[in-house]
Amino acid sequence: MSLAGATGVLDEAQGGPLAKAASSRRRKLRLLPYALLAPSLLFLVLFTYLPIVRVLIESLLDKPHGTGAATAFVGLGNYARVFADPAFRQAALNNLVYAVGVLVPTLALALAFALAVQRSTRFSAVLRTVFFFPSLVPLVAAASLFFFIFLPGVGLLDYYLAKLGVHGPNWLGNSDIALWSVIGLTVWKNAGYYMVFYIAGLQNVPRDTVEAAMIDGANGWQRLRFVILPALAPTTAFVTVIALIQLLTSVDHVIVLTRGGPSNATNLILYYIFQAAHENFEYGKAAAATLISVAVLLALSFGSLRVMERGARGNG
Amino acid sequence: MARRRLKKHLPGVLPRALLAALLSAVAFLWATPFLWTLVASFRTESAGSAGMASLLPDFAPTLENFRNALDSGSFGLYYVNTIIVVIGLLAVQCVTVSLAGYAFARLRFVGRDVLFYAFLLQLMLVPPALIVPNLRTIVDLGLYDTLPGVMAPYFASAFGTFLMRQTFLALPRDFEEAAAIDGAPWWAIVWYVLLPMAKPGLIAFAIVSVTAHWNEFLWPLMVISDPKNQTLTIGLAAFTRGAEGGKEWGVLAAGTLLVMAPLAVAFVAFQRRFVDSFVFSGVKG
Repeated sequence: MSLAGATGVLDEAQGGPLAKAASSRRRKLRLLPYALLAPSLLFLVLFTYLPIVRVLIESLLDKPHGTGAATAFVGLGNYARVFADPAFRQAALNNLVYAVGVLVPTLALALAFALAVQRSTRFSAVLRTVFFFPSLVPLVAAASLFFFIFLPGVGLLDYYLAKLGVHGPNWLGNSDIALWSVIGLTVWKNAGYYMVFYIAGLQNVPRDTVEAAMIDGANGWQRLRFVILPALAPTTAFVTVIALIQLLTSVDHVIVLTRGGPSNATNLILYYIFQAAHENFEYGKAAAATLISVAVLLALSFGSLRVMERGARGNG
Repeated sequence: MARRRLKKHLPGVLPRALLAALLSAVAFLWATPFLWTLVASFRTESAGSAGMASLLPDFAPTLENFRNALDSGSFGLYYVNTIIVVIGLLAVQCVTVSLAGYAFARLRFVGRDVLFYAFLLQLMLVPPALIVPNLRTIVDLGLYDTLPGVMAPYFASAFGTFLMRQTFLALPRDFEEAAAIDGAPWWAIVWYVLLPMAKPGLIAFAIVSVTAHWNEFLWPLMVISDPKNQTLTIGLAAFTRGAEGGKEWGVLAAGTLLVMAPLAVAFVAFQRRFVDSFVFSGVKG
C-alpha cells in the first residue's frame, strides 16, 4: 500500500470534525507526486526533450553565421548537405570501424580478464585493480599519456620498440594508422570497466552446470564455449549496448590527440558535430548531424532492448 | 602412489605458473602508462627528451615538475572550479533524485508509467549527444561561460532516480507506516526515516556522479570560454597541446597526475565501494 493511501485511510478513520481538513490534505497528497517529480521534469524537458525539438527545427533552417543574411527554410537541405559532405561520410565510416574495432577486442579482453581474476586471491585483487584503473581516469588524461606514448622517435612506444630493433610508424601522423592508435587507447581505457560486469555475470553462471560439463569430460575451451558463454549472453548484450552508446558519444581523446586528422582519418560523428557547431558555426549542418546520431542512438537502444528481452525470456 | 600423484599434479602446476607469468606481463603492460607518469613526473627536466621514455627511475626525485605545472597551468584555480562543479551538481542531484525516486517507489498516481518512460529516455539520449542544442539553451538562459551552465544539463538524472527508486523499494515499509501513524508529514518521513536507510544508494550514486563529472571534458569545453572558469580537464587538454612544442614531458606527466590523483586516491581507499557502484550503475542504468 502506498503512503498516500495509508494516510488517506487514517484520515477517514478519524472522520468527524477532521473530515474537512482531511479532504484538503488528501487533495494536496494527490498533487504531491507531481510536485516531487517537478524539479527533475523541468530539467528533463529543458535539456533532453526541448533540445530534440530545437534541433529538429534548426536542421530545417539555414542560419548563415556572421553574414547578416536572413534565416531561410531549407527543408531537408541540411541533411542533403551533411550526407553529401565527404567529411561526414568519412566520420560515419570511421565511427563504424572505431565501434567494431574497439568493441570486439574490448569484450574479448574484458571476458579474459574476468575469467583470470574471478577467484578471490590477493594476486587477483591486484590484477583487478590494475585492469580497472584506466576506466577511472579522465579520457583527456588518458589522451595526454598516449600523446607521449605515441610520440615519434622519443615516445614510450618507439623507445621500447627501438630496443627490439623495430622502427615504429608515425602512430598519430599516418592516416592509415591513426584511427587504430585511437582504437588502441580506447581498448586500454575500457576493457577493465567491462571486466567488472563480466565478473558480476560470472557469479550467476550456475556452478552445477559447469561441474556437470566437467564430469562429462568437457575441456576448458568446451566449457567456455558451450556453458559459460551462453550463460553470459545477457551480460554481453548489455555491455555491447552501453559500449556502443559510449563509443558514439565520447570524442575527448580525438579532440586532444588528433583533432580528427590527419585528413579526417580519425574524425568521428560527434567530433564532426562539435567542429561544425563550435569551429565552423554551421548550425544547420550540426543540427542535422545531431538528429542523425540521436536516431542511431534510439534505434540502437530500442533494438537492443528487444534483443535483451528475448534473451531474458530465452533464459527463462 | 606418490609418483602418480606427482604426475597428476605436475601438468596442473606448470600451466598455472605460466598463466600467472602471462597475467603479470599483461598487467605490467596495462600499468605502463601510469608507471611512466609516476617516473617522468619526478624526473628533472635536465634529463633531456631522449631518455624521457625510460621507465627506470635513475635519478634523484624532484618536485620541480609539479611546481612548474602548478605555475604554468593555474591548476589551483582549475581544482577549485572542478570541485565547485562536482559538489554543486551532486547537491542538486541528491535533492532531485531522492524526491523523484521516492515518488516512483512509494506513491501511486495517474501517468506514473508514462513519466517513468520519460525518465528512461534520458539514459539513451545522453547529454553529450545533445551538446549543440543544449549550448543554445544555456546561452538563452544567460548561463554561457558560467559554472552553473556546466552543471545544468545534469541536474535531472535518470540513473540517479532509478537507483534511488530501487533503494527505496528495497526498504521495509514498517518504519514509515509507523511514522505516518504518528502524524509525520511526507517530508519528515523522507528526511528522517527513508534517507538515513537509503545511504548506501546515495553513496553509490555520489561515486558515479563525482567520477563522471570530474572526468568530463567536451561539455565544459563548449560552455566555458574564460580561462578563469576552466575545469581541470580543459586545463590539462590545453596543457597537452602546449607541451607539443615545449617538450616539457615531465611537466605534462605531473599535470596529468595532478588531474588523476584525487579520484585515484579515493579509489584505492574505497575500492570495493567504487567497483560495486559502477556495477550497480551499469546494471540499473
